[in-house]
Amino acid sequence: MLGTLTLLLLCQLAGELAARLLHLPVPGPVLGMLLLFAGLLLRGGVPDTVQDTAGGLLRHLSLLFVPAGVGVMVHVTRLETEALPIVAALFGSTLFGIAVTAKLMAFLLSRTDPRLEEEPGAGEQVKGDRA
Amino acid sequence: MSADLHQIWVYLSASPLAGLTLTLVAYQIGLWVFEKLGRRPVLNPVLIAVVLIAGTLSLSGIDYRTYFDGAQFVHFLLGPATVALAIPLYNQFQEVRRSALALVVALLVGSAASALSAVALVWAFGGSKATILSMAPKSVTSPIAMGVSEQIGGLPSLTAVFVIITGIVAASLGTWVLNLVRVKDWRARGFGMGVAAHGIGTARALQVNEVAGAFAGLGMGLNGLATALLLPTLYHLIWG
Repeated sequence: MLGTLTLLLLCQLAGELAARLLHLPVPGPVLGMLLLFAGLLLRGGVPDTVQDTAGGLLRHLSLLFVPAGVGVMVHVTRLETEALPIVAALFGSTLFGIAVTAKLMAFLLSRTDPRLEEEPGAGEQVKGDRA
Repeated sequence: MSADLHQIWVYLSASPLAGLTLTLVAYQIGLWVFEKLGRRPVLNPVLIAVVLIAGTLSLSGIDYRTYFDGAQFVHFLLGPATVALAIPLYNQFQEVRRSALALVVALLVGSAASALSAVALVWAFGGSKATILSMAPKSVTSPIAMGVSEQIGGLPSLTAVFVIITGIVAASLGTWVLNLVRVKDWRARGFGMGVAAHGIGTARALQVNEVAGAFAGLGMGLNGLATALLLPTLYHLIWG
């Protein structure tokens, strides 16, 4: 677990350094993700301990957004005075974005790689509960 | 006695322990409610935790900055967690490679659709310029979104709030909208959630299906890259 955490932090640190030194407009953790991914490709597999620890961290990914979410307190006044545009944009664009991305992706996949279309059972791994 | 209590209070409100504990307890309660009431997506654990914490802070008169001094240790883990997304991505690499063209096209269109529709809706309903600019990067994970927001002249902390609400909207209503447009392919369902709603959408997809989770993580990472690269460029083209 400790080894995995160290590995993740090292990748993030390398990503942050690369972003700053090369003046890339990309956030450090994203570069870190690409670095780790490249490393896994070179190594040709994910060690079990890394798989477990990373899985544990990602299972509670949504917890990590809570502190920033509480920041809603600071912006109560703005949220009240601009409630309509904000609510319309958040609901409208999020649902529109999901629908457009997924629909287009499904259409393109059905043209290029229609594998799941041939296995209607594949979509039922978790009954009645879809992402 | 009351002097003791006061001292304890002073200690607790100054140490990171209280904010950290409050965050974890509130999230546990959120998870418990979510599980007990039949895992309904509307009862998102993040939403429940945020409401509980904001309520507790308001009642006890602790300001957000004091709370965040403790909670920042949880917030910090967003970085390593973003790095860790390389692992589900690697696990699904064969799938990803086979769908590369579809991924790139869906990413660019989906990313633009999310950002432009958000900006257009705030503008159409008469929102201020600060709100418009803070809204533009709200589909990507908060460390990226806050960075982009700052670059284009929005308010990073307001962007963070929009990012979270976007995630909660997607986690609550994403399933419904995906069924409405009749997308059955797990790869497409996951990718849509990740592109439009970053980590919270990805967390929701991971709960449901491993393939959807991997594509959501990929969508989140790719849209993070695309937004970080394209949005500031687009902004300078439009506003100069």
